[in-house]
Amino acid sequence: MGFGPHLLLATLEGLVTSAVLALTALGLSLVFGVMRVVNVAHGEFYMLGAVVAWWIASLVTGHPALGFLAALVVSPLIVGAMALVCERLVLRKLAYNPESTIVATIGILYIIQQLALTFYGADARPVPPPFNVRVQLPWFGYSGYKLSVIAASAALLLATWFVLTRTRIGLVMRATQYDGETARAFGIPVETVYAGVFALGAMLAAIAAVLIVPISQAHYLMGRDPLLLSFIVVIIGGLGSLRGTVLAAVLIGLADGIISVFFSPTLAKIIATLLVAMVLVFRPQGLFGTAAR
Amino acid sequence: MTREETSIRTWLLHALVVAALFALNFVLPDYHHGVLARVMVLAVFAMGYNLLFGYVGLLSLGHAMFFAAGLYGAGLPMVHLGWGAGAGFATGLAAGLALSLAIGFLALRTTGVAFMIVTMMFSQVVYLLTFYFGSWTRGDEGLVIQQAERRLSFAGFDLDLTSPATRYMAALILFAVVLALTLAIVRSSFGRVLVAIRENEERTRMLGFDVFAGKLAATVVSGTICAAAGAAYAILFGYVGASFASVQYSILPLLWVLLGGAATTLGPLLGTLLMYYLIDGSGDLLKAWLPGWNVSHLGIVGLALVVLVLFFPRGILGTIRGRWVRWLP
Repeated sequence: MGFGPHLLLATLEGLVTSAVLALTALGLSLVFGVMRVVNVAHGEFYMLGAVVAWWIASLVTGHPALGFLAALVVSPLIVGAMALVCERLVLRKLAYNPESTIVATIGILYIIQQLALTFYGADARPVPPPFNVRVQLPWFGYSGYKLSVIAASAALLLATWFVLTRTRIGLVMRATQYDGETARAFGIPVETVYAGVFALGAMLAAIAAVLIVPISQAHYLMGRDPLLLSFIVVIIGGLGSLRGTVLAAVLIGLADGIISVFFSPTLAKIIATLLVAMVLVFRPQGLFGTAAR
Repeated sequence: MTREETSIRTWLLHALVVAALFALNFVLPDYHHGVLARVMVLAVFAMGYNLLFGYVGLLSLGHAMFFAAGLYGAGLPMVHLGWGAGAGFATGLAAGLALSLAIGFLALRTTGVAFMIVTMMFSQVVYLLTFYFGSWTRGDEGLVIQQAERRLSFAGFDLDLTSPATRYMAALILFAVVLALTLAIVRSSFGRVLVAIRENEERTRMLGFDVFAGKLAATVVSGTICAAAGAAYAILFGYVGASFASVQYSILPLLWVLLGGAATTLGPLLGTLLMYYLIDGSGDLLKAWLPGWNVSHLGIVGLALVVLVLFFPRGILGTIRGRWVRWLP
């Protein structure tokens, strides 16, 4: 293959990464934006989404699409319920203190990994894709499923944006994010909003994982890379800014895809991590964000 | 109680702890003797962490990079250049000093949550670097330092650091020196400034103290102590691997300090000792109770973190100091 086809392939792969990353990072960003909680266990909700998807798909017999669709509906619900339990039992008890919740979510991270290791095991297992179509591009055929992941993610991002900006629920969430005290004074049940946002964040990660699991397999340590990448995206995009998060996800996903086709993936990760740390040091409001109030 | 009395009591208590550790060298069975030598080195790591987390209130999620700086700073020249243990320890310390100075300058520009994430990211860079330079470090597989190099020769003495008793004594000397250093720092006026920064940074600045310089000095001392632990670990146990630079080794010192009690001088030792035996002992116990289940230390570490943060935020010695023994440093 020449340079052109290589670049196209790298771009497509990068867009698939971006699509999944945008959903995962949006969950992290929502939780941080509204609750001011850095959820270190976010990657584990992603992992749980994939593992539960494998479990459900293996229960459903018949066409693979049935199992996949069942997983796409049930897995986020289960993960969301688990996130609610964590929120009630741990985060609320800590009064959402930023530093304590970081330590607590690190603990939750390890507990979820342990649960996955105990009940699911240390093997990586695939979920069959719902359909096998190859789309013929000028130089090569490309997986139709991967293209549908990009479309599905774009649709979900639009839906989230719609909910946040055009509905009453979104208004309540934004009010809580803007000023929790005043929102409470106006009768908004702030703690219920927090619980809902935390569950929603985890569900977004779970949906992203269900979408990716037919491409890469489910494994109990799979949450590590998405966590770091989501951090990177949320920081570059500006903590708590939705538009910035999506823009940054596309940027990072494409860069990741293109750089790792042409350079050593380890070097790419080193440079990306170092650059992001520098962004946080010298421009803490992010590249697309505005200075904090 | 006058200040003099408190001072005498404090130094006496710490001398007693060191003396007890010295006495244990002669009575402990082989297995526990080896464990305690390891725990003392890891407790030095925890003490370095505690200086920044406990006294200055800066929660770093990247101290594995300082431990790794000492580990590789000592291990690489010993393996590839055939250096002795003394020179290896010195380069390990120098590597930790240089790294903590650089990281301090950058990371201390941020505060709160951003500080935690920045330190975690810098540490991740160090972790990935050990893989990128895999031809020298051999990544996850790691390097083994030959027995012949792990000896210390000076002034006519020739100490074999691989023999259990010598290793124990070397670990104890390092532990005692760092314990005395922490105690001296904490009781000095510099230590009081650090606590003042933790309690109210703005007020400390208003009172005319240079807050940034204080934090930077604390970061450098903390990082260098952690590097000393890393260098000692490489020399005494002869293994240098990438897993010591991973996120887990940034979380563990936090856990040890939280368990023993943040901002207590003896808390790190207590926390490290208890956690080591908890992980070590529970492994066999859980395997006996739940045969065929895949149980690792992950769950125990996670549960310990959540329980400590929820119900026991001051740790063991912190609670004892709060309730009963007010003079505990």
